[in-house]
Amino acid sequence: MSELANLSRRDFLKVGVAVGGGLVLGFYLPGRDDSLQAATESGAPFAPNAWLRIGTDGGVTVMLHKSEMGQGIMTSLPMLVAEDLEADWSKIRVEFAPADIAYYTWFTPTFGAQFTGGSRSVRGSWDILREAGATAREMLIAAAAENWGVAVETCRAEGGEVIHKPSGQRISYGALANKAATLPVPKEVPLKDPKDFRLIGARTARLDTPSKVNGSAVFGIDVKVPGMLIARVLRCPVFGGKVASYDATKAKAIQGVRDVVQIEGGIAVVADGYWPATLGLKALEVQWDEGPKAKLSSADITATFKALAEQPGAVARHEGDATQALASAAKKLEAIYEVPFLAHATMEPMNCTAHVRKDGCDVWVPTQGQTGAQQTAMKITGLPEESVKIHTTLLGGGFGRRFEQDFVADAVEISKLVGAPVKVIWSREDDMQHDFYRPATYNRLSAGLDPQGLPIAWTHRIVGPSIMSRSFPDRVKDGIDPSSVEGAANIPYNIPNLHVEYVMKDTGIPVGFWRSVGSSQNAFITECFLDELAAAAGKDPYEFRRQLLDKAPRHKAVLELAATKAGWGQPLPEGRHRGIAVHFSFGSYVAEVAEVSVDKDGNVRVHRVVCAVDCGRVVNPDTVEAQMQSGIVYGLTAALKGEITIENGRVKQSNFHDYEMLRMEEMPVIEVYILPSTEAPGGVGEPGTPPIAPAVVNAIFAATGKRIRKLPIRSEDLKKA
Amino acid sequence: MISIIVNGKEQTVDVSPETPLLWVLRDALGMTGTKFGCGMAQCGACTVHLDGAAIRSCVTPVSSVAGKKITTIEGLSPDSSHPLQKAWIAEDVPQCGYCQSGQIMSAAALLMQNPKPSDTDIDEAMSGNICRCGTYQRIRRAVHRAADMMAEGGTK
Repeated sequence: MSELANLSRRDFLKVGVAVGGGLVLGFYLPGRDDSLQAATESGAPFAPNAWLRIGTDGGVTVMLHKSEMGQGIMTSLPMLVAEDLEADWSKIRVEFAPADIAYYTWFTPTFGAQFTGGSRSVRGSWDILREAGATAREMLIAAAAENWGVAVETCRAEGGEVIHKPSGQRISYGALANKAATLPVPKEVPLKDPKDFRLIGARTARLDTPSKVNGSAVFGIDVKVPGMLIARVLRCPVFGGKVASYDATKAKAIQGVRDVVQIEGGIAVVADGYWPATLGLKALEVQWDEGPKAKLSSADITATFKALAEQPGAVARHEGDATQALASAAKKLEAIYEVPFLAHATMEPMNCTAHVRKDGCDVWVPTQGQTGAQQTAMKITGLPEESVKIHTTLLGGGFGRRFEQDFVADAVEISKLVGAPVKVIWSREDDMQHDFYRPATYNRLSAGLDPQGLPIAWTHRIVGPSIMSRSFPDRVKDGIDPSSVEGAANIPYNIPNLHVEYVMKDTGIPVGFWRSVGSSQNAFITECFLDELAAAAGKDPYEFRRQLLDKAPRHKAVLELAATKAGWGQPLPEGRHRGIAVHFSFGSYVAEVAEVSVDKDGNVRVHRVVCAVDCGRVVNPDTVEAQMQSGIVYGLTAALKGEITIENGRVKQSNFHDYEMLRMEEMPVIEVYILPSTEAPGGVGEPGTPPIAPAVVNAIFAATGKRIRKLPIRSEDLKKA
Repeated sequence: MISIIVNGKEQTVDVSPETPLLWVLRDALGMTGTKFGCGMAQCGACTVHLDGAAIRSCVTPVSSVAGKKITTIEGLSPDSSHPLQKAWIAEDVPQCGYCQSGQIMSAAALLMQNPKPSDTDIDEAMSGNICRCGTYQRIRRAVHRAADMMAEGGTK
């Protein structure tokens, strides 16, 4: 157990300095008041809990236990602390927290690890960070009252100062820091009434932006450690394959190559820089044992899934009697929907820097999983937890990929073998061909309508690989991986007879969490099939959904808001058509309307997307807007272009020329409307992604009368005959 | 030994002549603002200026730029005062931020050629720069904002 872990949250007095001292990667925020830095970091006397420190200069350092990968937590989490602390926002600084049990026991008890994912940074930190701020505030008020010799009740805090109400006298937090540190930590502290919020809900400029416009922001790939070497790893191109033998003679002869070592992941070339490491890699002669997947192809996987779709699976939801209802239905529909494997393709390729010594190990890494990184390094080095320090850097995109630990293992293993600090950098090709992919799935659906066109039965059988069987095996129960059926088992529509099944099938292709996980495909499948029902019933797809959402008021409200803002039912310019979809994921409700045109060659152009979101109480509206835009682009890219195909056990795509990204000229205008809400906060990093594929595909149906049931959307399927 | 002029300063490096400029900047000179994204001129993260024009440093052998003037994100302005940097802050463009050095360098090259670009001009000039976070809409807005600032004297 670490030093931090032995302390309860309430007994945290003054240890914050020790936490910060030398262990934490300081984060430079240009444009902030630099004069606050020294006092805050070296001599902060007041550290009432693991989350914040206050220096004698009034600087407030907030410890970030979550990773900043673009989603804005470097700003929104400090906002939570600052709100109840009544801090002066201009004096807030941030630091990435080390991997430590202190930073997750209250947050992710069901997962038992410090990680960033599931769009849970704000909703998981809401109470604890506000409480952390309120605790410090109460202690500062008590310190001021003692200083002045007045009753605590006559004092209040505002803007980084305590004010004596009757006299109007003020004293700054900095001047109170030493005194506050000597006071007992209160057990219960009042939280602010939301009507008094100053920061939460206010459009707030991101703290990390200035460093991201001048090249000073430090991502993992930018880490510099004295004496550091750069490594690349040649991995077996076939999943599950191994090194049979290798000859490094030619690689070692290349100028700048220092060493070649074999690790679990493959053969590592260690050099003075990325370029000599790359030349060395190309000069390696390796014989691979390609293993049992050497002949595997995407066609084989589809065939396996198709056969399994004929057999029953584990039941994820069962209501009424769908079989009987289908038999008596006035109209019956059946469909097969398919989605491909997808790569994450973060802009910053995977990388990690490690320095393994006899007595300790430091790891600098753009990670979504601090506990995982620490455990990975402990396992490889045999060092105890307190000797393995994880320094989180900024992440050049995460999207679930950086939850994995393969690149951490590479760096730690190589550093251990060569006895020097080593930064491992993956090439784009390494990144794309050795990902943990969004699962490909095969889906069989059927539904029945009554004579009035109302759905009376819905069945859905999902066949595909399971992410949680590897990542969180104890979350898989009775054959159901909850992440595989999310968004399918919980469709919100009022359909009396429902049956949803899951057939788990590992394919040998590694799968992992990909922005919005199961909802990334299940929203497409269910919202497009529902659109098919609307068409079969001869009803407007918006009205059809609306009448089925009586028991789902939050779904209904975002659906109505999106439709209204999009001008649903009103005329569009020639050739443009609308599609709509609504989906709940990660605590939030999102509806999107896409305006699409399809030319005679079948090329799809998305002109405009109107997005309505109910994510409960909003912390930073600008971030919610940005995350909706981001999620939409991520999902749209996948719908229009994304496909990883397997041939001979390996990934066919290798870089952005054959795994394409949406570019500027294809960017639709995106409008985001936030539904005001006082509900508990929901997630925002992922929920924007699921509805876009079905909204676009449904608009394509409106434009062409053609149903796309297999992603990505292909122009050849939409070409006019 | 090869000499290049980076942000107005002559630098001599001892690397093999085919080494891409990107890795000379990052590994030999320790200038990490220019990013590695694809290594094949597909994503634009490594964009720098060569005598004022945007190039992809990941596919530019250092020998081909010997004696020439290179500008990187670190040299765009000494204090983040370039109108594009100000506009990027005003619009809060970056999310993860990894592609933004390249985005800004591409936009800066555009504005030098075309001080009042249309949306189409922007799309064309920026189509080689991928942003996986989907900040394109804000980038477009920020480029217009920077163009307006420059038209008004660059101080706003």
